[in-house]
Amino acid sequence: MGFKQLINSKKTQAFFAAFVLFGTNQLMAQTSAEGNATAVDKGAMWTGVAYNVLLILVGAVCVGIVGKILKVYDLTQKMQGKRGINWNTIMGVCCAIFLIAGLYGASWSLIVQGGMTLPQPGSAHGGLIDSMFTTTTILTLIVFFITQICLFGFAFFYRNSAKRKAHFLPHNNTIEKIWTIIPAIVLTILVVFGFFTWQKVMNSTEQKGDLNVDVTGHQFAWEIRYPGADGKLGPVNFKLSTPNNVLGVDFKDRRSMDDQSADTLVLPVNRVVRINIHAQDVIHSVYMPHFRVQLNAVPGLPTFFRFTPTITTEEMRKKLDDPKFEYLLYCNKICGAGHWNMQRVVRVVSQAEYQSWIARQKPYLNDQLRKELHFADAATPANSVKAVSNTLALNK
Amino acid sequence: MSTLAVHDHGVVHHEEGHEHHHKATFLNTYVFSQDHKYIAKQFLVTGIIMAFFAMVLSILFRIQLAYPDKTFPFLTTLLGHFAPNGRISADFYMSLVTIHGTIMVFFVLTAGLSGTFANLLIPLQVGARDMASPFVNMLSYWFFFAASIVMLSSFLVEKGPASGGWTIYPPLSALPKAMPGSGMGMTLWLISMVLFIASQLMGGINYISTVLNMRTKGMDLWKMPLTVWALFLTAVLGVLSFPVLVAGVVLLIFDRSFGTSFYLSDIVLNGQVQPYEGGSPILFQHLFWFLGHPEVYIIIMPAMGLSSEVLAVNSRKPIFGYHAMVYSLIGISVLSFIVWGHHMFVTGMNPFLGGVFMITTLIIAVPSAVKTFNWLATLWRGNIRFTPAMLFAIGMVSFFISGGLTGIFLGNAALDINLHDTYFVVAHFHLVMGSAAIFGMLAGVYHWFPKMYRRMMDERLGYLHFWLTFIGAYLVFFPMHFMGLDGVPRRYYAFTEFESMKRWLTVNVFITWAAIMAGIAQLAFAYNFIHSIFWGKKTVQNPWNANTLEWTAPIEHIHGNWHGEIPTVYRWAYDYSKPGHDEDFIPQNVPFSQTMSSNLPHDFEDNPAGLEEHAKWVDAQKANVAVK
Repeated sequence: MGFKQLINSKKTQAFFAAFVLFGTNQLMAQTSAEGNATAVDKGAMWTGVAYNVLLILVGAVCVGIVGKILKVYDLTQKMQGKRGINWNTIMGVCCAIFLIAGLYGASWSLIVQGGMTLPQPGSAHGGLIDSMFTTTTILTLIVFFITQICLFGFAFFYRNSAKRKAHFLPHNNTIEKIWTIIPAIVLTILVVFGFFTWQKVMNSTEQKGDLNVDVTGHQFAWEIRYPGADGKLGPVNFKLSTPNNVLGVDFKDRRSMDDQSADTLVLPVNRVVRINIHAQDVIHSVYMPHFRVQLNAVPGLPTFFRFTPTITTEEMRKKLDDPKFEYLLYCNKICGAGHWNMQRVVRVVSQAEYQSWIARQKPYLNDQLRKELHFADAATPANSVKAVSNTLALNK
Repeated sequence: MSTLAVHDHGVVHHEEGHEHHHKATFLNTYVFSQDHKYIAKQFLVTGIIMAFFAMVLSILFRIQLAYPDKTFPFLTTLLGHFAPNGRISADFYMSLVTIHGTIMVFFVLTAGLSGTFANLLIPLQVGARDMASPFVNMLSYWFFFAASIVMLSSFLVEKGPASGGWTIYPPLSALPKAMPGSGMGMTLWLISMVLFIASQLMGGINYISTVLNMRTKGMDLWKMPLTVWALFLTAVLGVLSFPVLVAGVVLLIFDRSFGTSFYLSDIVLNGQVQPYEGGSPILFQHLFWFLGHPEVYIIIMPAMGLSSEVLAVNSRKPIFGYHAMVYSLIGISVLSFIVWGHHMFVTGMNPFLGGVFMITTLIIAVPSAVKTFNWLATLWRGNIRFTPAMLFAIGMVSFFISGGLTGIFLGNAALDINLHDTYFVVAHFHLVMGSAAIFGMLAGVYHWFPKMYRRMMDERLGYLHFWLTFIGAYLVFFPMHFMGLDGVPRRYYAFTEFESMKRWLTVNVFITWAAIMAGIAQLAFAYNFIHSIFWGKKTVQNPWNANTLEWTAPIEHIHGNWHGEIPTVYRWAYDYSKPGHDEDFIPQNVPFSQTMSSNLPHDFEDNPAGLEEHAKWVDAQKANVAVK
């Protein structure tokens, strides 16, 4: 009886839904035809909502019919005095099938999709992280396969049978101790190993880098500032921020004068780089997965990450056989609508290439900023002329 | 002794004629009901509706991820200016992930799960006539309902719902100009959350006091079913941790509306220097995760409790290592308060602190592992009856293993550097607390549906629902691990701008279709649920041959749960397939004197008189055998 109701109710629902949805489709077609003709063409791939809803309903009716057939079969079997469908056996077998298919699927996924993951690390500490990862993966995969095989294997082997009674086994303290202590030991190993890896990566006693670079995040871009000839970055103060001095660099400090800004984060290979991380508006995250580097950029809380790039971009391209490969820096903490496209190219080059590149970078203190700060710089005549005209204007 | 007194009080109260006191009107029976069974159903239905809503949101953003450069005119029809020209806007995409997360975590898996089963099972399984404070219990539901309405109403706000992620980290959530969702939508989010927490506290206090004070005669703590233990400890966690979120939320409201700087400092927004100074965004993260981490255990522990019960009942075996199960729940509860920092390894928190949190985090894996092994041992040599509830409980264990193991990666600070906020995390928590908890909840729904609605759900539709959902969830979340290992960040609107991410587009299409399949499978559940409420097969009193007390209560729902006296409890809840007994279950209210043939010396550990009787009986039996 329930089935009849299903058919009846589904039919009426289907007609109703189709009616309503065809209506909206018409409406939609009209409005979008007026507004944007191309949208209609592109939308044609989904043949309309009503079609899909009907498809689902047809599917539901099919499921209902199959269900009814099964029920009829079950009842006739019972009427003939045979045992009906034994769902326990069917579900037990399903568990076994799932186990085999699942093991195959998981292995396929591990091999094929696992092969699509990040290449070898391009930094010195990346190797430590990756070996930690390998150890953890091996241990967890062993546990994964054993426990899943037990779970679905037991479900299959101990499926219900009227002849058998379950084995009354309320507890066994020895087994309990074994499987408390073994995970504890394994996890202790992982903890110790992980703790020392972490300490080495985030080494807080060694704070200086051969090269200091400021990376500042704001919606939705990264600003990169190099220290210039003196190797020292000038201080910043958010209150000094203006359209020409986005970072708010304090030019009362002499160290600021030779700072340079850049569009690409170019790093010399095999030198310790210290990235100073700032954020101006909301939290961002400096994420450079190829170097196994990530640290959040938090407004009001400057942080830094020290690492040593070990493979140049060119070498990596050869290794991956991908002439277009670039190391990337992108944002990995939700920061607004443009979060998904906040990237900077990172290029690792030889020391010589780095020297010639850095020499070509513009100073942070550009002409407009000089004007804004009323810097009278004799070295640039254009500026001094402007400064003079400024004074003249004031004198008037 | 206190339990005895309360119990007597209950009887007297009942006999005075509870039903005569106040008239049963439509309003106090079906709307503002104070009956825990009815409140449970209210929580369940609201939770299911919210779950469907959040599921639709997830399918909307999955469509965007699979087809980032195609247009779908129906999205514009459905969503209006949130999806101009047939494409979900980047801002609204953020709202979708935010509200999907918020609803699933709080409204479905906290209120929908604990709210339903704590209300239904605590009084029925400990043998109480109702909650300690039925009126507060009713308020708990209505606060939750109000919170749900406020949360959903944020879709009607012009600038859209909150969109800073379900963790609402300031400054993004604190500055209305940072993104459209941080305006009115975020205000509504915060109001909703305050109401929600009030609801949780009222519920939690009730659950705790009912468990501690209103157990029936004989029901000592070590005789309580694992469901009650889990729900009790969950309530304790909630009561201790939710207030911290209120504190965090209130300070955020101050920052947003009254110009304070608790979380804000050194901000230049869109070129405008902001006046905030001296605050710390990290402070909010500490407050948030001080709740947030216990919260994930608030989600998973009830699912663990329900699954333990369902696994034992349907394996026809006692749960293996009952004491170990309880101690591991307690262990998880305690440890869950000192691991929150593992969400913050790469926030710039002191690296030493990161190391400490890593140690505590990996310790919490030990009780979790013990629980898993005990479930496996429960299935071993059982006589497994595959009801839909049983399948969902098995699915829960499977997800808990798969998702739990990846937690060992993320709990390791060194590995977290590269995995933090990638799809690896998405895969991890969707398996371990998303899918596992929802499967625990569904196991509970299928198992206790007869108790709630006095009818049975259709088993075959349940099987269909299980397999499609189970396979669908694995197909959705398993490939995500590898996306994460390739450095693909979560909460990205599209992967089209990154050469390295484009190869995952086909995987995204696959995931989306798997999600749509799993989503459609939920229609089988919805149909089954609604149809069975009205036209399902009528249930018998104890349809699963289970031991716990709720099945001794009459089928028809009465105010006060039992006619006459509440049954007394003599044994634990797991005497299944006890050797020497003719049936394969012995309900908790059957005294040992009626089951002489199956008693074991172990049953009388704290009862010397009983042990003596048992020894006499055994001797008599031996004598009989000798005579024969």
